[in-house]
Amino acid sequence: MSAARELAIADLRDRIAALEGGIAKRKVCLPFGAPEIDDALPGGGLAYGALHEFAGGGSGTVDGAAAALFAAGVAARTKGPVVWCMTRPDLFLPALAQVGLHPNRVIFVEAGKEEDVLASMEEALSFGGLGAVVGELVRLPMVASRRLQLAAERTGTMGIVVRRWRRQTEANDFGQPTASTTRWRVSVLPSEELPVPGVGRARWFLELMRVKAGECAEFCVGACDDQGRIDISPGSSDRSDSARRSVHT
Amino acid sequence: MRVGMPAAKAQALFRGLMLVDADPAADARRLDMIALWALENYSPIVAVDGIDGLVLDTEGADHLQGGELPMVTKIFNSFYAKKLTARVAIADTWGAAHACARAIKRETVIIPSGETFRAVEKLPISLLRLPEKTVADIRVLGFQTIGELSNTPRAPLALRFGPEVGRRLDQIRGLMAEPIDPIRTAEMIEVSRNFQEPIGAAETINKYTGRLVVQLVAELEKRGLGVRRTDLFVHKVDNTIQVIRAGTAKPVRDILWLTKLFRDRTEKIEPGFGIERLVLVAAAAEPLEEEQRASSLIEEETTDITPLIDIFGNRGQRVYRLAPIASDVPERSVQRVSAVAEVIKETWVGHWRRPVRLLDRPEVIEAIALMPDHPPRSVTWRGNRHKVVRADGPERIFGEWWRRPAELEAVRDYFMIENEQGERFWIYRAGDGVDPETGSHKWFMHGIFA
Repeated sequence: MSAARELAIADLRDRIAALEGGIAKRKVCLPFGAPEIDDALPGGGLAYGALHEFAGGGSGTVDGAAAALFAAGVAARTKGPVVWCMTRPDLFLPALAQVGLHPNRVIFVEAGKEEDVLASMEEALSFGGLGAVVGELVRLPMVASRRLQLAAERTGTMGIVVRRWRRQTEANDFGQPTASTTRWRVSVLPSEELPVPGVGRARWFLELMRVKAGECAEFCVGACDDQGRIDISPGSSDRSDSARRSVHT
Repeated sequence: MRVGMPAAKAQALFRGLMLVDADPAADARRLDMIALWALENYSPIVAVDGIDGLVLDTEGADHLQGGELPMVTKIFNSFYAKKLTARVAIADTWGAAHACARAIKRETVIIPSGETFRAVEKLPISLLRLPEKTVADIRVLGFQTIGELSNTPRAPLALRFGPEVGRRLDQIRGLMAEPIDPIRTAEMIEVSRNFQEPIGAAETINKYTGRLVVQLVAELEKRGLGVRRTDLFVHKVDNTIQVIRAGTAKPVRDILWLTKLFRDRTEKIEPGFGIERLVLVAAAAEPLEEEQRASSLIEEETTDITPLIDIFGNRGQRVYRLAPIASDVPERSVQRVSAVAEVIKETWVGHWRRPVRLLDRPEVIEAIALMPDHPPRSVTWRGNRHKVVRADGPERIFGEWWRRPAELEAVRDYFMIENEQGERFWIYRAGDGVDPETGSHKWFMHGIFA
């Protein structure tokens, strides 16, 4: 019974993929290397040729630091040049180099307006041959995201939108629907405990808020290492250590 | 010593003064050379203005230099580097720019669009590009400034001095068109197309631009050249010219690439009553050899993204890569390099973690800390108090006295702090916490970690 149902579902999936067009069929993915996360994503990883949205949580909605580093970690694991479009040039590249994104690979496109960022992203996505195209945006309207998604589908380049807002209250804009394939929220967590005074490896609370043909999920992960990889952090949601003071006292 | 001083007076002031005869012919030759340099670098329409000036139509070309202000500064600086003092003015009309460049005391001036007349009305009539005799005669009548002259009735002036005075006044205000006849060199490659019927539709313009590009590339191929700057001259029916300039980061001879650069910007063309002639000119060309693509089995295929960089550049966006500089001071450790610059091997050294966002300028925070080498217990930044739960540091950074002598004693102690929510910040204290010579001992927020 269940085997017949599996077969029927697989058949339906194939037909939908055929409707979506030729490229959608041979969609390839970039696995995170952490089985828990990869299982939550259809195809077993972050799809190439699709648009992904990363945003920060809490005060990260304004500075977008964790979201940008998460994006840099993903971009570092792709092959080829990376185009990074933004309006506010406050990214500190040494930090990106520390997650494995070599400065040679990143080309920055600094625009005066949000619309120009969108136009640059679309141009870069439809150029092809790039590893990833990252854009830092405040607003991502449905039409714009659809255009980016289609451009990414045509060439198989991964598009990443890092959302950062002017004020924390504006961040409820993240609930608005867009055409992006996945949508993530990266919030900072207290870092890993060290046996000595100091700040250990950073940890993130990673929320997969939306994914096409998949279910939402939440993970506690260790931040990107020098190869841009993340991994599931043990002792995750235990926040009892937050009350402890530094041994520096 | 000043310009216009009699030679005998100057000789009386200075002993052993060397006098050199003026050589107008050599001056004119030099000026022509400067005009060609400007044609290659700044604008597609350049002409010699009088005996001591150049006029450039920079509309539609300034974005390649990053805007009008960076452009005039760059022009001034390139003359200044050769120990020449130039005066640069941008105005709506040729006449106004001519007058302003010769009247200003500072190096550069940009007259905002629409304020041309207000800028020139106080200037003397000698800047009106009239014959010297006419200027002297008008002075005799008591006119000193351009404003006074333009407020008087035209008819008596025309009766006495001919139509020239009225024409110059209209030209300076932009009431009468004054096309610039651009200079051309003999070796400049140029292809053109005349139209029997004026064209105007965007598709038609695109079609013929594409055909001109094909012709131009064929010409370039014959000579083994690639273009760095290409100009599309749009001659309209009403005797005005609009120019679109496309720059490329490397010499190019690729039809698709060039066509794409122009197609991207044909929407900027205002056909008006119609276009009767399109001219495509290779303003700056460099040798471009055919090269063999290495067909190695091992070498990985790398994409050449120069066309993409050109598209961004021609849209007026800043395209760059960042390269490391050997400096411990965070804001000095990064420099912008051209997006097509040579590949850099090295990267930033050090295993100390660096913040993802670096604040433009460090912000003063209030901190409660045990001096000299403990991290703060709590900090207050932008009105929010953060209790420090974990911290790392100090990482001491010394001032670079070889850059600025004032930094000889300066010290910064950097700490990475984490608050209860897990937000991580990069803060520093100016000074080492003991010696007031090393800094003010104030605390600053400098970056945000992920």
